[in-house]
Amino acid sequence: MTQVKSKKLPLTGDQAVATAMKQIDPDVVAAYPITPQTEIVMYFSNYVANGQVSTELIPVESEHSAMSACVGASAAGARTMTATSANGLALMWEIVYIAASLRLPIIMPVVNRALSGPINIHCDHSDTMGARDSGWIQIYCESGQEAYENTILAVRIAEHKDILLPVMICQDGFITSHAVEGVQLLEDKKVKEFVGEYKPDHPLLDVDNPVTYGPLDLQDYYFEHKRQQSEAMKGALKIMPDLFKEFEKAFGAKYDFIDTYKLEDAEIAVVALSSTAGTARSVVDGLRAGGVKAGLLRPRVFRPFPKEKIIGALKNVKALAVLDRAESFSAEGGPLYTEIKAALYDSGIKPLVANYIYGLGGRDIFPDDIKKVYSDLGAALKNKKVSNPINYLGSRE
Amino acid sequence: MGEGRVRGIMSMVEVCWHGRGGQGAKTASQFLGEAALDIGKYIQAFPEYGPERAGAPMKAFTRISDEPIYVHSSVTSPDVVIVIDPTLLGTVDVTEGLEDEGILLVNTGKSPADIRKAVGLKHGKVGTVDATRIALETLKIPMPNMPMLGAFLKVNNIVSIDEVSAIVKAKFIKKIGEEKTNANIEGIKRAYNELKIG
Repeated sequence: MTQVKSKKLPLTGDQAVATAMKQIDPDVVAAYPITPQTEIVMYFSNYVANGQVSTELIPVESEHSAMSACVGASAAGARTMTATSANGLALMWEIVYIAASLRLPIIMPVVNRALSGPINIHCDHSDTMGARDSGWIQIYCESGQEAYENTILAVRIAEHKDILLPVMICQDGFITSHAVEGVQLLEDKKVKEFVGEYKPDHPLLDVDNPVTYGPLDLQDYYFEHKRQQSEAMKGALKIMPDLFKEFEKAFGAKYDFIDTYKLEDAEIAVVALSSTAGTARSVVDGLRAGGVKAGLLRPRVFRPFPKEKIIGALKNVKALAVLDRAESFSAEGGPLYTEIKAALYDSGIKPLVANYIYGLGGRDIFPDDIKKVYSDLGAALKNKKVSNPINYLGSRE
Repeated sequence: MGEGRVRGIMSMVEVCWHGRGGQGAKTASQFLGEAALDIGKYIQAFPEYGPERAGAPMKAFTRISDEPIYVHSSVTSPDVVIVIDPTLLGTVDVTEGLEDEGILLVNTGKSPADIRKAVGLKHGKVGTVDATRIALETLKIPMPNMPMLGAFLKVNNIVSIDEVSAIVKAKFIKKIGEEKTNANIEGIKRAYNELKIG
């Protein structure tokens, strides 16, 4: 027994993340409020005002400045956090890449929201999916509980000496960020112990050992630095399992790159991120009761892309539907779909694969929608052919 | 059977609250959920966020279950529908998706039979209580959300009046003081006793 379980508290996903930030007590938070992330910054500002954290809060005038301040603080050697959504992340863009390339372990909860236009405040993954090539680690959360725990776990991932990459912890805007659920909080003391003290190797403020961050880096070394970034991301795949285990040892909660439900003997399966995977899980039992061998795969980590884990989990599946809450306008389907298809190419398994783009701008996805997907997969299995590779689930035609 | 119960759990209760922005539907949906969480149930409470503005029709949902709740979509087949503002009856189809054995609770001085006729409901049960009058008499302001929570407690015993009162106390006492908090609890109890079912 690692800790006495306290009563669950009724918290929204945003409140849960703000609580994680309070327990982490970072040195610096620079943030700008944007719906549906606002509550995170609001609650955290209260903690600062009430003296419950020792954080230096920098209220900036835009997200571009928020991430710029984070880069400066992190390079100086401070444990640094921010949080954002949608257009806020878009406005950070330039500095988001810089944060990753300077190997700054900044922690950023992102409450997923549709990018404008047309203007929309509701959930989809177009914001973080757009940032998938920025060099940040990306973790997607099904519930407020997971967003809370992943925020704490992310500190260790980001700051690991052989990773040193910033981390986005993504949860679904409004769907989990504003829904009250019972959240099991971890003991303050244990969280403090788990995240430990941040001791950067090369802080700017260490004037006895001067370093330079962000100098001009042209043809002769830029490529090698990018290569190192790439190796760090690949290395994260090897290091993160140790941190998952440490988290489990400290708090009891099991984490991995992926989460599966009844996938072992499944013939047909749905792949989905975040809260939609929960809705899909609620459908699987009903299908199983009706004799349908249905399963579910939920990638929790999208960057780095856990190819081996995903392929391993899908080895028995004959027909697969990948649900994307983002449109990448590639004319070849959504981002999760294209990556999973690419991973399958030389895997030795060749399930039928279909893509379902859904839920853009917060369009609700119901159990019946997901049942339809499984039913399409059943038909594909029978016909040995996917009738329509790219579908728009829940959209008016 | 509600979609939320596709896991074959009969103990899931799904509630849909209809109100107008500013009438406290979200608060009531959360208090119900929190009271249930307090006694060890799994819960979800969330509003349907549209363009938020005072007076606009809005919905809020509460799910309560003995098992973990995985579904994350809005409630489409409620077991109980609670209409906080009776002026919505003509503009919103409050009976949409209501389970066969479902219950429609309306804040109105009219009889259950009148409401049944007005909304064209053939199945289930209808409960009515003049929650606005109760709120005016207890709290002195027309805020009918807590009395409607009392009406729910009459038709569903998943949580008790005492458990809900504890949550109301915990949430309100600092914010609005003891007198108004007690007035809210009095409103819950009166609606519980005055609800008519037909």
